[in-house]
Amino acid sequence: MTPFTTLTSRTVVLPQENIDTDQIIPARFLTTTSRDGLGKLAFYDWRYDAEGRAHGDTILNRIAPCAHRILVAGRNFGCGSSREHAPWALTDFGFRAVVSTEIADIFTSNALKNGLLPVVVDQQTWNELAARTGENATIDLESCELRFGNHVAKFAVESFARRCLLDGVDTLGWLITHLPAIEDYEKRVAA
Amino acid sequence: MSSKQPRSLFQKVWDAHVVEPEADDRPAVLYVDLHLVHEVTSPQAFTALAERGVKVRRPDRTFATLDHSTPTLPPNAKGERPYVTPQARDQVATLEKNCREHGIALAGWDSPHRGIVHVIGPELGLTWPGTVVVCGDSHTATHGAFGALAFGIGTSEVGHVLATQCLLQRKPKTIRVTADGSLQPGVSAKDLALTIIAELGIGGGTGCVVEYAGEAIRALDMEGRMTVCNLSIEMGARAGMIAPDETTINWLRGRPRAPQGEAFDSMASQWRALVSDEGAVFDREVRIDASKIQPVATWGTTPDTGIAIGASVPRPGSPSAERARDYMHTQTVLADTPVDVVFIGSCTNGRLPDLRAAAEVMRGRKVKSSVRALVVPGSEAVRQQAEAEGLHDVFLAAGAEWRLPGCSMCIAMNGDLVAPGQLAVSTSNRNFEGRQGPGARTVLASPATAAASAIAGHIADPRPYLGVQ
Ligand code: SF4
Repeated sequence: MTPFTTLTSRTVVLPQENIDTDQIIPARFLTTTSRDGLGKLAFYDWRYDAEGRAHGDTILNRIAPCAHRILVAGRNFGCGSSREHAPWALTDFGFRAVVSTEIADIFTSNALKNGLLPVVVDQQTWNELAARTGENATIDLESCELRFGNHVAKFAVESFARRCLLDGVDTLGWLITHLPAIEDYEKRVAA
Repeated sequence: MSSKQPRSLFQKVWDAHVVEPEADDRPAVLYVDLHLVHEVTSPQAFTALAERGVKVRRPDRTFATLDHSTPTLPPNAKGERPYVTPQARDQVATLEKNCREHGIALAGWDSPHRGIVHVIGPELGLTWPGTVVVCGDSHTATHGAFGALAFGIGTSEVGHVLATQCLLQRKPKTIRVTADGSLQPGVSAKDLALTIIAELGIGGGTGCVVEYAGEAIRALDMEGRMTVCNLSIEMGARAGMIAPDETTINWLRGRPRAPQGEAFDSMASQWRALVSDEGAVFDREVRIDASKIQPVATWGTTPDTGIAIGASVPRPGSPSAERARDYMHTQTVLADTPVDVVFIGSCTNGRLPDLRAAAEVMRGRKVKSSVRALVVPGSEAVRQQAEAEGLHDVFLAAGAEWRLPGCSMCIAMNGDLVAPGQLAVSTSNRNFEGRQGPGARTVLASPATAAASAIAGHIADPRPYLGVQ
């Protein structure tokens, strides 16, 4: 995994609450057996009409994604299904961080494994940030700070996932080093 | 850990599966007893294993089925299944190949055990009390009805479990929901669950394990308990659990993959100890009065918007609620809302008692001509039992469609979908925008309510159809 240390980028604000994984990538696109190239399907039903034409009603079609890597979204982002296709689609679209006041549990776990940083902030910070759509913000994972304008907000990231992101550690590789303990457990318990 | 410290059911199951305890700088390594696999969230995990040259470590603890992208219409004369796209067919073929290569048991097309992953696990007796069960699917919480710790994982984690039989986990917080009193006649487990979710809110259980307790929970059959646990994720909870009791033990006895004979009895005595000790501490306690619950349907685009069917839709208090109201455009009184489609099925309500409840409403009646009603059994076993009881004849005579088992219109990725703008009363679990097809409007309800709505042509309280009141 590519390490994540500091990210400075413009924001995109999607203020809706409870943006679920069916919005992030609709289920009918989940028949893929690959994890690549899903960015074009991100927020598909928000970005395209019934004939598959992109329209300008959503900000997502009016930005250059790689210049806007920070998604600022309403409360309870990523609720719903466990599909990892959601962070795959978001990262392929260009996002590297999601800022909300609450982010769903399985989504958080999936995002962290894909170099997409979930950042949970208090409502006031979120309001200030959301009022500045398109402006630059900096997310510093070393100091766990979100900085924009003259604001500095602290955020928390589970310590192990943070270490993995900072160092680009592969969690499966790390887990495999525990195989001797796993074998012991099996001898002890599942005899 | 002192054995005198009172422990919750969750804590007991957690403790028994810790391979390496958690520390400040790392999560616990948690052992997984049963890993259920389906075609949608597994292919990339098998690819990750192949890239690393790693084998599936415990194929004997892994069980696969085909459910999400499978067609529910039968094959044509040439034996070809009507897949929605070639890609869907490839996805199924990929799982078949991965299972062959890794020696994983698969309930495939030719198996009498095929069905929705959360229906067949319990049905086969794969799901045991006190075990850890995972699947790349958020409704894995269903298996918690047996007192298992069961939760959904992402595809990276599917790879972790395939490779090591373990997961890295932080210990979650706990909530106990106690449902006192008895459900009234005509009120089902689905109404109870939707009421609990409305009470706690869509994010009310985020990251937590919920234990359901109380008289109303104890009175439920196993299928009802599965419905309740299944919906835990709809308030953000990782898992739902119900302590095993005689109902659980009797249900499991004799299932093909449950322990047999004396081994069963000795396991059963261990299972009886899987209860929250007196004085066990939860991070949060919630009590609800089950006797006050009415048949419920949702008015919005999140599962926490359940209200009594006869009630008025609340005035939106936020921009998100306003958007939901505009998207759903139900009538002011929910019951006045016309219905285009009725879907009875899914891992929430696709089991035999669910179909019996729907059939009881439909027997001798006709689905309104403006309504398309689809009944999809949760598994082959459910289908066979339902047909043996003649339930399919009831549905067909009423003018409903009777399909092959699968997820079908719950997730609408196999081609069974609700047309743009149409309103569906669905016994599934999610009413998000477009969940049942682009532009589809979904109202969640119980099987009896869905059946009554099919007959009435609008959202309908099932009780008059059941001869209640
Ligand atoms: S029936 Fe619906 S919720 Fe259940 S496993 Fe299938 S798609 Fe998921």
